[in-house]
Amino acid sequence: MKLLGRQTWQFAQDVFVNAAGTAVGPMESEGPLGALFDKRYSELHCNEKNWELAERRLMEDAIGSCLMKAKLKNEDINFFLAGDLLNQVVTANYVARQNQIPFLGVFGACSTSMESLAIGAALVDGGYAHRVIAACSSHNATAERQFRYPTEYGGQKPDSATFTVTGAGAALVSHQPSSVRVGAATIGKVIDLGIKNPFDMGSAMAPAAADTIATHLQATQTTPADYDLIVTGDLSGVGSPIVKMLLHEQGIDISKNHRDCGLMIYRPDQEVFAGGSGCGCSAVVTYGHLLKELIEGRLSRILVAATGALLNPTMMQQKESIPTIAHAVTLERVKGVST
Amino acid sequence: MATKEQQQAYAEKIKPLQPKPPYFINCLKAFVVGGFICVIGEALQKFYMTYFNFTTENVGNPTSATLILIAALLTGIGVYDKIGQFAGAGSAVPVTGFANAVTSAALEHRSEGIVLGVATNLFKIAGAVIVFGAVAAYVFGMIRYAFKILL
Amino acid sequence: MDYVWAFVVGGGICVIGQLLMDVFKRTPAHVTTSFVVLGALFDAFGLYDQLIEFAGAGATVPITSFGHSLLHGAMASAEDHGFIGIAMGIFELTSSGISSAILFGFIIALVFKPKG
Repeated sequence: MKLLGRQTWQFAQDVFVNAAGTAVGPMESEGPLGALFDKRYSELHCNEKNWELAERRLMEDAIGSCLMKAKLKNEDINFFLAGDLLNQVVTANYVARQNQIPFLGVFGACSTSMESLAIGAALVDGGYAHRVIAACSSHNATAERQFRYPTEYGGQKPDSATFTVTGAGAALVSHQPSSVRVGAATIGKVIDLGIKNPFDMGSAMAPAAADTIATHLQATQTTPADYDLIVTGDLSGVGSPIVKMLLHEQGIDISKNHRDCGLMIYRPDQEVFAGGSGCGCSAVVTYGHLLKELIEGRLSRILVAATGALLNPTMMQQKESIPTIAHAVTLERVKGVST
Repeated sequence: MATKEQQQAYAEKIKPLQPKPPYFINCLKAFVVGGFICVIGEALQKFYMTYFNFTTENVGNPTSATLILIAALLTGIGVYDKIGQFAGAGSAVPVTGFANAVTSAALEHRSEGIVLGVATNLFKIAGAVIVFGAVAAYVFGMIRYAFKILL
Repeated sequence: MDYVWAFVVGGGICVIGQLLMDVFKRTPAHVTTSFVVLGALFDAFGLYDQLIEFAGAGATVPITSFGHSLLHGAMASAEDHGFIGIAMGIFELTSSGISSAILFGFIIALVFKPKG
């Protein structure tokens, strides 16, 4: 049985992440991980005419670098699983129109990175695909104009707000041995503890992250000490202490090895409020940074819990609270396999 | 679905971990920037009254038009949103904030064309001010005029 | 002295707006619409003109003066045309503000590109 408990998938020993590609905007390039990203744009428009095209370019670049590293072409890929934050996941749709890989659109807001990776690994493990590309993207300006205000509008944001990462990440999953294997994945439940402030998504998402991490640990019968890092997607400076507190109440102590992608991607002195957010946040940090750490042996086992605020501006105006979700994936270093 | 009690308990629990807005600093910034914009307005009023023969009655017209032009330009070159993040209500409450709301919405939707993008979205944010202003003026005007006739 | 009072009164109105945003968690759109209604309300009692007299641009530059001008135009026109005049005069005094916002907003949108 590949199912552990109610909602956790245990993959066979031969599901690997073969390659990954990342592309980011200017703020992310200047951040502490900047040098690790494959494609870096110094300008938010990414040499395109409008914001939506810029985001599309980022996703195409991420997939391009990923395929180039794996020395594969679009035709070699069975399925393309992708999503983004925009209505009808337009970025993914238009990228799929271009690359002509059979496509499944995925939406999990900022948790899309791990959602698509988990589904991709399940397809490969189940024998339904040889090679799958899992990708997602976000762009600060497309997100601002869809979820908040026009980019040039002078509204003041509070310190609890997060800053949408401009970036895209793509990963190739297959049976082809490599030094990083996808171990297990937990699909989260939608959790809503009544937070209504779209400028405080960290507080809204922390319970979902705590629930998924606790479920994953229990199902896989592991403890936080079994992981070098437990990484959350974009809880930022506000949500990170909350998730630690919530897990601590359940007797799980992640304070030693917890990191948050939203806090890793920017320097503390960059003006990003409480930290980074968006699909691109967990995607570029996981695929650009953490994966390298695993390959080069500085980490041997990590749990990435990508968090998503399933926010909709219309629902916010109708006074609904923010439903949230988190999906967790274990990535493990495989010894003795060269890539 | 979480119950009301669970929601309240969570809100209570995370309260100490949530950043509080720096009330005093924010108010100070709003005061200084808002006051400064008004000082520019005052200078413009004196200028138009001295050199263009405007009166106290109608000097508001060229003054606000000039302020609107400045704010629209600052929005166009991507500066007003930075001022707004710094000053909060200090740059939102003066008429320049109205101009920023109009211009930023128009500018943002330029990618959807001039008619459906720019023109349709021009009053997307600022329109609420005109709607409420007109409705309020109508209602108060009716009441005040009715009183005037009756008394 | 005109400048001092313009600064203090204009800044003070902005501080009230800031408190509405920070303490009562209102959006800037809520704050400005409330202020326009308040401006009209103050004018209905004849108070806003006194504030302008005292603070000059400190009272005419904040968006509250938009509400005041809307009502002022309506009342002036009501003098001549009765109840119908209210509708006729509402935008009388504010037309330069609205039309310049439309014109400049439109032109800027054609000339510039959002910077993000």
